[in-house]
Amino acid sequence: MQLFKEVGQAIAGESKIQKKRRLPYLTDTLVRAILFLCSLVSVFTTLAILAVLVVQSYYFFREVSIIEFLTSKQWTPLFAEKHFGILPLLCGTLLTSLIALLVSVPLGLAVAVYLSEYARRPIRKVIKPFLEILAGIPTIVYGYFALLTITPLLQKLIPGLGGFNALSPGIVMGIMILPLVTSLSEDALRAVPDSLREGGFALGASKLQVSLTIVFPSALSGIMASIILALSRAVGETMIVAIAAGNLPQLTWNPLEPVSTMTAYIVQVSQGDTPYGSLAYNTIFAVAIALFVLTFILNMISFRIRKTFMAIGGGN
Amino acid sequence: MEHYRRHALKQRLYDTLFQVVALAGLLFAVMVLMWLLYTVFEDGIGRLNKQFLTSFPSRRAEEAGILAGMVGSVLVVLLTIVIAVPLGIGAAIYLEEYGRKNWFSRFIELNIANLAGVPSIVYGLLGLGLFVRWMQLDRSLIAGALTLSLLIMPVIIISAREALRSVPPGIREASFAMGATRWQTIWHHLLPISFPSILTGIILAVSRAIGETAPLITIGALTFVTFLPDDLRSPFTILPIQIFNWISRPQAAFHENAAAGIIVLLCITLLLNATAIYLRNRFSR
Repeated sequence: MQLFKEVGQAIAGESKIQKKRRLPYLTDTLVRAILFLCSLVSVFTTLAILAVLVVQSYYFFREVSIIEFLTSKQWTPLFAEKHFGILPLLCGTLLTSLIALLVSVPLGLAVAVYLSEYARRPIRKVIKPFLEILAGIPTIVYGYFALLTITPLLQKLIPGLGGFNALSPGIVMGIMILPLVTSLSEDALRAVPDSLREGGFALGASKLQVSLTIVFPSALSGIMASIILALSRAVGETMIVAIAAGNLPQLTWNPLEPVSTMTAYIVQVSQGDTPYGSLAYNTIFAVAIALFVLTFILNMISFRIRKTFMAIGGGN
Repeated sequence: MEHYRRHALKQRLYDTLFQVVALAGLLFAVMVLMWLLYTVFEDGIGRLNKQFLTSFPSRRAEEAGILAGMVGSVLVVLLTIVIAVPLGIGAAIYLEEYGRKNWFSRFIELNIANLAGVPSIVYGLLGLGLFVRWMQLDRSLIAGALTLSLLIMPVIIISAREALRSVPPGIREASFAMGATRWQTIWHHLLPISFPSILTGIILAVSRAIGETAPLITIGALTFVTFLPDDLRSPFTILPIQIFNWISRPQAAFHENAAAGIIVLLCITLLLNATAIYLRNRFSR
């Protein structure tokens, strides 16, 4: 509030010349106050997210106990016989996300090592924009791809596979998060000081030995951070699973079964004609809180790891 | 000596092998992308004609079109730009140029980093609770634009801060030495210099906003709209939601419509991304 005091003092009586001279300073103070308000919007956004989720799920938890929410093994809020256990949704979310990691981590890390240790400039100049294009494709397009291209292909390979399953959206999600894993891991690998590499070469190690036994372990925490961030992205991804996973909440680790995820369930309810304010409607806020907490924890772990990594000299 | 030579040869073999494996992986990803584009084009190009671009949705797949979705997308995104860009750049300038390094700036930094990682569907619920219900804006254009604005603001702030940070400190010091105030320095020097990088960040954020589907489904954008929005309070639909609606139907004819819609959507987002990449490569370094 110091700011507004300064503005007030500046406006209070002065001669004409003084005023003219002070104008830039006045503008500066005013602009500063306005820009400060802009930066508060982010704080306001966080508070608003928390307020909306907490208030709405309060109505939900007034009727359903937290114990039931966290331990019941069925999720059927839209049926006559209602059960409110988030485990099936959580299981579906983790199942599709883990499939995505299985696709993107090995591939992403191999490409990251290649880009940071081997690739020459012209090759990088082709590959980087390609990855950015992959990252820029809207998720609805990936959803179409999962349902109408990958699933039919998988059905040819795996007889008896249904039109909806966890495997197909999982694989496609893996391709979607590939650019994230690659570029963040590459940053981590690049941040390893050259002196470590030179030390390895001086001992007669080959490039691959240096890459895998010196550079990779040194960058491991940064790489972990990128993988956790990718996991968080996969957990929060919505349209691919809403389209191709089948919207069937069930507690299974079988990737060939149809599942539902937390995000897909929210979309399913939002689309339907569930009346606003009903218990079934309020479930989406309870699910969203669980989703928010899960991604928040993952993001914070990733953020922390990266901070420590930078602090111990990874960032040169 | 013989032993050593064999060892070196083996290592070189492994080295090449790894490069081959990594490049094969990369090639695999390239092929998947090509395949994606190919199937979409194959399915949709037949439906892409003037009738498709200028018709409202319809129960009959061959009469349906994306006019409502396209107009809705353009309007929502324009509004989003008008709201999010000034706020985002303003916040970035404050944090980078005015803010002192204390607990508050650290808190805001952490807060923005976290906001950037919040799943987009949670923003949808925020929009539903805050704009649609509490502010009673209903399922309107402006509610959609406000929701998307909050969604892309962290991205704009982060990229604009990076752009400002990359301006050499000497420019600031020279300007201060001439007696300029902080704002004069920002307005006359820092913003013009960092403009291309800031623009790149904005274009990427806008491209993301155009493709976002989930948050606007949750705030209740309609799926069957046979009119064009005429003011800010008007109900609307957007192209991705129209596509989603068509994908969800069992008939193959609607899937063709979805593919044709995707071609239009991809053209827009890829064009934006290509512009951003070009701008960055042109002006950086």
